[in-house]
Amino acid sequence: MAEVTFLEALRQGIWEEMERDERVFILGEDVGAYGGAFKVTDGFSKRFGESRVIDTPISEAAIVGAAAGAAHMGLRPVAEMQFIDFISCAYDMLTNYVATARYRAGLSTPMVVRGPCGGYVRGGPFHSQNPEAAFLHTPGLKIVYPATVRDAKGLIKSSIRDEDPVLYLEHKWLYRRIKEQLPEGEEILTPIGQARIAREGKHLSIISYGATLWKSLEAAEQLEKADGVSVEVLDLRTLLPMDDAAIVATVKKTNKVLIVHEDTRTGGIAGEIAARINEQAFEWLDGPIMRVTAHDVPIPYAPTLEDFVLPQTDDIVKAARWLANY
Amino acid sequence: MALPATRPTGAVPSGAVLSADQLLEIYYYLRLTRTLEERLVALYRQTKVIGGLFRSLGQEGESVASAYALERGRHKDILSPLIRNLGSLLVMGAQPIEILRQYMAKADSPTHGRELNVHFNDLEKGYLGQISHLGDMIPVMAGIALSFKLRAEPRVGLVYIGDGGTSTGTFHEGLNLAAVQRLPLVVIGEYNYWAYSTPPEKQFAVKDLAEKAKGYGVPSVTVDGNDVFAVYEATRFAVERARRGKGVHFIEVKTYRRKGHAEHDDQHYVPKTDLDHWAKENDPVDRYTQRLLTADLVTDGDLKDIDDRVRVEVDQATDACVNESLPAPESALPGVYVDPPAADKLWFKVL
Repeated sequence: MAEVTFLEALRQGIWEEMERDERVFILGEDVGAYGGAFKVTDGFSKRFGESRVIDTPISEAAIVGAAAGAAHMGLRPVAEMQFIDFISCAYDMLTNYVATARYRAGLSTPMVVRGPCGGYVRGGPFHSQNPEAAFLHTPGLKIVYPATVRDAKGLIKSSIRDEDPVLYLEHKWLYRRIKEQLPEGEEILTPIGQARIAREGKHLSIISYGATLWKSLEAAEQLEKADGVSVEVLDLRTLLPMDDAAIVATVKKTNKVLIVHEDTRTGGIAGEIAARINEQAFEWLDGPIMRVTAHDVPIPYAPTLEDFVLPQTDDIVKAARWLANY
Repeated sequence: MALPATRPTGAVPSGAVLSADQLLEIYYYLRLTRTLEERLVALYRQTKVIGGLFRSLGQEGESVASAYALERGRHKDILSPLIRNLGSLLVMGAQPIEILRQYMAKADSPTHGRELNVHFNDLEKGYLGQISHLGDMIPVMAGIALSFKLRAEPRVGLVYIGDGGTSTGTFHEGLNLAAVQRLPLVVIGEYNYWAYSTPPEKQFAVKDLAEKAKGYGVPSVTVDGNDVFAVYEATRFAVERARRGKGVHFIEVKTYRRKGHAEHDDQHYVPKTDLDHWAKENDPVDRYTQRLLTADLVTDGDLKDIDDRVRVEVDQATDACVNESLPAPESALPGVYVDPPAADKLWFKVL
């Protein structure tokens, strides 16, 4: 066993896949000699050579498009967005070209687009975004969003092995903040499409993912101690395809649901989850499905502003308490 | 394809070396393109074509000639055609019946009724259909060429872009990436004067598309797009250069779109005198046949035999598929992903 960070686990996952499968290669901005803006690909260029770790121009659409072309030919590209905020520059390529390729033309496009997302790090409007809702609406893509060190590794490996295009969203607040003992020599493959119960509970369920999974767990701990409320926390891990069975199971168990995400509110994923619960488990609800999300504003820079806009543990505690008393 | 008896190889007027068989094969594809499109017009008027119909009238020469310069066959060169490159698609081995089925949205079309017209592909034969977002195929074909480079395969990619398409961001990003990586990619810039209704002077401030390529450090050349020999020769040079690892090459072909954007478009914005000029003085098929006959490389009989054969082939293809079924409604669900194999049927469909 060795204690590794979220970032190191991600790094190990890509490394192992490149060692295992020579079809896997990396392309992105500053991924080679520099090793990536956050050092996810540090040392890769030296080990695997410039042909498998390709520094590209600042051209997100070309990065994704070239990855797609290479994937059609049987390679396994892992494309890095330096910050996931810039994935919007490749939105057309991902939604119109990549996502539709199998359906419209029978084209296989096994590729991963990954990059650092999320706030709580004073990154301002263009280095703090969570783009998942913009892509959830796109049949043909898969979206994974690991919250734990183990899943950071297990989901990148599964994403690289997947036959379809996968967006891998990695929260930069988690990169070096969380650590976990990972067994050396064990092949960790987190299945895509399966949520995980992060904490068992009886009275109320919190459904979350990414950085707010940890804030939800903190809130659950506080509620247990202060109010004696037993909170179950579900870590979605994969957002598309969504694990309806796990969502419905926790609703049937606790009968109350709070959905927590860091992304802004309107059109956010919580709305989709609420609709599914409404369709599949309406009779089991003992209260309204409630949301804790970011306010509907771009993510501001100043600590006072960002802390107010993004969901905090206290917000989750208050919301969950309100729902528990409903 | 059965070819006429072999004749002695002759140097064509431009200097490119093509055998008489090859010259006749090129003629076959030119004639097939035009005849197939004329058949599609008839089917369109009978409302058997489901969507729009896009003509390449006047541009068949550059399509056929550029594709003909590639290595063709299983796992050889790959091209990505645009809507007015039906000729390129046919040269690479797409069958007339596939085109007819695509336009008529038949269940047995290459995309099973999911996509339109020339938007389909066969990577083994060597073609990757476009999507409607112009410019996007430049980065994608750069990726195909990147796979050739990474695997050290002596293969080349070829991609078309219209004069309007060069205004897109993906054209810029893709060409620049391909140039930096010295990828084996040939880009054919089709200057056909009209992007829907927009003329070149409202599309860009340079005179020639070739000037744009220079800005990326990509060698470029402008050729007469209605001269089959010139396009073939320029493409052959660029393709072999790319195959030798010398990187991207850009060929601007000057041609003219003689029909509207699609069949519905009466092209009232196009000067009638221009249309007359290009039809009477500068038709690529007429020019090609004149040169073959003048140089005594083929006979009238050779050409007539091909005309007859093309007519029979198009008739047979039409008869074989015109009455076929559209896809079954529920066939819309499978194949978004490998797994799950099919999308869920919605609840109200099973009430």
